[in-house]
Amino acid sequence: MTEFLQQVIIGLRIGSVYALIALGYTMVYGIIRLINFAHGEFIMVGGYTLFFMIPVLMGFGLPAWTSVFAAIIICAAVGVLAELLAYRPVRKKGNRMTALITAIGVSLILQNLAQAIPFIGPNPKAITQDIFQSGRIDLFGVNTNWTSIFTIIIAAFVMVGLQLFIHKTKIGRAMRAVSENKAASTLMGINVNRTIVITFIIGAGLAAVGALMYCAQYRAVMTTMGSMLGLKAFVAAVLGGIGLIPGAMLGGMLIGLIEALVTAYISSSLANALVFVVLILVLLVKPAGIMGRNVGEKV
Amino acid sequence: MLKIEDLVVSYGAIQALRGISLEVNEGEIVSLIGANGAGKTTTLHALTGLIPIKSGKVHYQKKNLRKVRAHEIVSLGLAHVPEGRQVFRRMTVIENLLMGAYSRTDRAEIAQNLTKVYKHFPRLEERAKQIAGTLSGGEQQMLAMGRAMMSAPKLIVMDEPSMGLSPILVKEVFNIIEDMHKEGITILLVEQNAKMALSVADRAYVLENGKISMSGKASELLDDEKVRQAYLGA
Ligand SMILES: Nc1ncnc2c1ncn2[C@@H]1O[C@H](COP(=O)(O)OP(=O)(O)O)[C@@H](O)[C@H]1O
Ligand SMILES: [Mg+2]
Repeated sequence: MTEFLQQVIIGLRIGSVYALIALGYTMVYGIIRLINFAHGEFIMVGGYTLFFMIPVLMGFGLPAWTSVFAAIIICAAVGVLAELLAYRPVRKKGNRMTALITAIGVSLILQNLAQAIPFIGPNPKAITQDIFQSGRIDLFGVNTNWTSIFTIIIAAFVMVGLQLFIHKTKIGRAMRAVSENKAASTLMGINVNRTIVITFIIGAGLAAVGALMYCAQYRAVMTTMGSMLGLKAFVAAVLGGIGLIPGAMLGGMLIGLIEALVTAYISSSLANALVFVVLILVLLVKPAGIMGRNVGEKV
Repeated sequence: MLKIEDLVVSYGAIQALRGISLEVNEGEIVSLIGANGAGKTTTLHALTGLIPIKSGKVHYQKKNLRKVRAHEIVSLGLAHVPEGRQVFRRMTVIENLLMGAYSRTDRAEIAQNLTKVYKHFPRLEERAKQIAGTLSGGEQQMLAMGRAMMSAPKLIVMDEPSMGLSPILVKEVFNIIEDMHKEGITILLVEQNAKMALSVADRAYVLENGKISMSGKASELLDDEKVRQAYLGA
């Protein structure tokens, strides 16, 4: 039983990272119906910002995790640039396919750019500092590490905060309005383009927090780190119901749990495959995802 | 209050508006009637910046609306109740109403305005927490009108508010239009229901294939033989 609970905590830790990243996919999809393939690269950008900023901030006597604020700023800037320089111009002229290809292009550009920068380069870099408190802890008889505890708690706070933001603030309501009906939103006085930019900022910022948690556990960054992580998080968003914020949270946690439990009790090499099996099975029964409604989307 | 001159709008090669002019004076109800596809919706969309204008002038309270960004128009006191209601279906009734007040900041005034809207539409108050997508067509129309009132407008343009409603509800909608007018709101009403639209209006324009074919006092148009044959089925 304690062994099982231990695996559940690992699953929630992995799931927390997926959930935060899935939120970025789902929010951008919700507002402009674009699968932002470059979102995985936002994590990579966040990871390298952490790698460079941790020693600097620790030099000033600050804890390592404070580097997440630098990562949020850099990720948000990259997200805004992607929207302003690539997605918005294409949205005006092209169709959904052009937008999708553009997103793949932005993803490759960011990855190649990172590899081309000499002090980043194609080889993985190790993060040697502890991001959260090191060591293990005995939690009601279940042995786990501090990183897991911090990861799960931070993710929970961020997700509750996001829900409050979306439902209780004026900007949050504007984001929901724009994701539903851009013309009506404009008539209400909402600056639609500005609201889309804000969505990119939040999505990329959440990717930066996800990067912090990923680095805390795996202690390495590389230019391709966003590919698999991004793909899994995208699967999480689709599993929960793309465009739905609670869906991304649920999908992320489920995939984390499946991955951890399959790794522990079946086989680690089957974990990824089974994640996709679950996705396909769920989509066969509920094509719009677990929380999605299967009614035709109103255009 | 509102003056449109030689307005031309095209969708690609199709010219939807071929140079129309119309005017709405403060305190009036003006109706714009015409068959399906005549260009009524296009006129309103051009007015509130939802589609680009090819040429012509649009002035509202001496301001050139072509120079105002679409999302800034509502704060000038010009609200648009769009065709097909366009309520935010996944939001609650109260959230929809608050979206109507998005451009305003004074909370006390917004609360006061909400009380007023609820007085016009008691049903909206009863259903404040209900998801808008689950309202009936008539209730959604009330919500769209209430939402527009939440912006404290001086001029409301409405696009076929009676579309798809039962005769009783059509009557209710027109009663509300008259109530709004009594409160001092100027109204530009787009309708296919020419009979109702002409009976509430002071003046009216007839739009035909992107051109104004007739205009004048609503009561006179109501008696006009050509209008009767083409739009009143008599
Ligand atoms: N988005 C669009 N793209 C191309 N043509 C359009 C579009 N919207 C309207 N039209 C055309 O413009 C003309 C006027 O349409 P509209 O303004 O909707 O008429 P009404 O509101 O009077 O029924 C019609 O011929 C219609 O087919
Ligand atoms: Mg129309």
